[in-house]
Amino acid sequence: MIIESATESVKALRPMQRRAAPPLEETAVVFDAESVEVFYGSFRAVRGVTMKIYKNQITAFIGPSGCGKTTMLRAFNRMHDVIPGARVAGKLYYHGVDLYGPDVSATEVRRRIGMVFQKPNPFPKSIYDNIAFGPRVNGVKNTSELDAVVEKSLRSAALWDEVKDRLRHSALGLSGGQQQRLCIARTIAVQPDVVLMDEPCSALDPIATARIEELMRQLKSQFTIVIVTHNMQQAARVSDRTAFFTAELDAKNDQRCGILVEYDATAKIFSNPSDERTENYITGRFG
Amino acid sequence: MLLDLRGRSAHGDRAFRWIAIGAGALVLLILGMVALVMVDRARPVLGEMGLSFFSSKRWSSADGMYGALPFLWGTLFTAAIAVAIAVPVSLGVALFVTQVAPRWLKKPMVYVIDLLAVVPSVVFGLWGVLVLSQHFGLGRSFLTAGIILGIMITPIITSLSREVIETTPPSEKEAALALGATRWEMIRASVLPHSKGGLVGAVMLGLGRAMGETIAAALVIGSALGQVTVNPFASGNSMPAVIANEWGEADDMHKSALIALAVTLFVITIAVNLIATAIVQRSMRHSRGKST
Repeated sequence: MIIESATESVKALRPMQRRAAPPLEETAVVFDAESVEVFYGSFRAVRGVTMKIYKNQITAFIGPSGCGKTTMLRAFNRMHDVIPGARVAGKLYYHGVDLYGPDVSATEVRRRIGMVFQKPNPFPKSIYDNIAFGPRVNGVKNTSELDAVVEKSLRSAALWDEVKDRLRHSALGLSGGQQQRLCIARTIAVQPDVVLMDEPCSALDPIATARIEELMRQLKSQFTIVIVTHNMQQAARVSDRTAFFTAELDAKNDQRCGILVEYDATAKIFSNPSDERTENYITGRFG
Repeated sequence: MLLDLRGRSAHGDRAFRWIAIGAGALVLLILGMVALVMVDRARPVLGEMGLSFFSSKRWSSADGMYGALPFLWGTLFTAAIAVAIAVPVSLGVALFVTQVAPRWLKKPMVYVIDLLAVVPSVVFGLWGVLVLSQHFGLGRSFLTAGIILGIMITPIITSLSREVIETTPPSEKEAALALGATRWEMIRASVLPHSKGGLVGAVMLGLGRAMGETIAAALVIGSALGQVTVNPFASGNSMPAVIANEWGEADDMHKSALIALAVTLFVITIAVNLIATAIVQRSMRHSRGKST
C-alpha cells in the first residue's frame, strides 16, 4: 500500500527532460515562483528557486539539512514577515497575484495558506478552543456554527472519535500524534486553500506518522499540500511531485546557499532522476 | 584483588553541603527571630485592644486607644490605586518591547525601564510632593500616594513581565499567525495564556512592594488620622507611613501598637505571596492539561 501511488505514477511515466512539465495531471497552478531568494539579514539562505505548485496535489520538498527547504516553504505564507531581518526577493505568485505585492495583507495570506509545524504546537487551551480559534478570529461568532466547524474539522483530521467526549479538556493532554492531528484540524478549520507542512511527522512515532500520511492522502482532494520532509520514504509514499534542494557553497562569499536542483514527478525523481546530485542523495551516497 | 570503587575524596562536596544547609538554616532562623520578637512586642496592645485593634478608627496615644483600621485601609487603598495604574502600563510596555518595538529601540527601552527601578524611593516621594501635590494640586492624598507607588512598581512589573513574555516559544506564536491572526490576536491566543502565571506573580510582587513602601508614602499620603473613605482626594495614612512618622516620639504602649501594625503588614504580604503562588501553580497545572 505504501508505494501503491508511486507505482501507479510510474506506469504513467514517459521519458522526459529535466524540469520538463511533469506527466502528472496538469491541475491549476497555485504557486508560481520565479527566481525566489530568501535572505536573513545579509545571509542569502535560498536563491534562484523557480517552480510551480499544482492544485490538489502533494508536493514534497526534500534535501539535506540547511538546504533551504523550510525557508522556501515559509516564503509561501509570508511567515518570514515576523522574523526581524528576513526578506524575500524574486517573484512569488499565488493564483496569479504577487504574494509580496503592496496591497497584500500577510494576515489574509495566512488565512488562505495554512501551516502545520514540525513540533505539534497546540494552544494551551481546550481542544474545542484550539479548533475554534481560527474561525473566531476570522469572524465566526455563532456557537452552533462553531460547533459544526469543530466537529467537521476534527472528523476530517480523523480525530473526532478519540476526542469527542473531552472537547473541553486541555489540548496539551493529548499524545504527540493526536496533537499533530489537532494542529491539522485547526489549520483546515479556517478552510484554507493550501496547507503547508513543515516536517509534520518528525516528532512522531511510525504509527502516528502512518496516520498523518493517510490523512494527507485524504485531504489532497480538498487542499493543495506542500510538505517538507527529511524522510525520503515519506516523500515517495505520499507526494505526487518532489523537489530536491541542496546547499551549494557560494565561491564569492564562502557561504552556503540553498538551491533547487530538480523538480519532477515523484516517481521520476525516485526511479530515474535527471541530476546526478539527486541520484546521489536518494541512493544515500550523500546527505 | 577487588576493584577499588571508593573514588575520589569527597571533602569539597561535604563542605559545600554543610555551607548550603547552614545558609538555608540561617535564613529560617532570622525569619523566625523577626516573627518571634515582633509578635512578642505586639502582644501588649493586642491584649488591651483585642480585635478592635483591626476594626476601630480611633488612634490616640493620649487616650491609649489604638485602632488600626484607617492605616489598614490606607495601605490597601493606595496599593490598589498603584496596581490599577501600574498593571496596564507595565503590560503595555512589556508587550511593546517584546512584540512590537524594532530591534534598535528595544535595548535602550529595556535599559531605561531597569534604570527606573533603581531610583531611590525618597526621590519619587519628593518628586510627588513637588509635582503632583503642589504643581498639579493633588495635595497629599490617597491618590497622590497611589500614583507615586504605581510609578514605583511599574519598572519591576514591567521587567518581570517582559522576561516571562519572552519565554513564549516562537512555535506557539507562529501557530496563531499561521491561522490568519493579527498581532494582537496572536498575543491573546499565545503570549498571554503562556505567560499568565508569571504575569500574576509579577503583579503580586509589585503589590507587595506597594504595600510595604514607607518613605514615599509617608511624604505624600498626608498623615491624616481616622480616614476610611473611598474618596481618593482625601488625606490618609498607611501602615508603614505611620510607623515611620510616629516611632520617634512613641511611649511603650504606642510602640507596641506600631509594632502590631508592622506584624499586620507582614502577615498581609505573606498572604498576598501565598495567594500569588497558588494562582501561578494552578494556572500552570491547567495549561499543562492535568485539570480542566
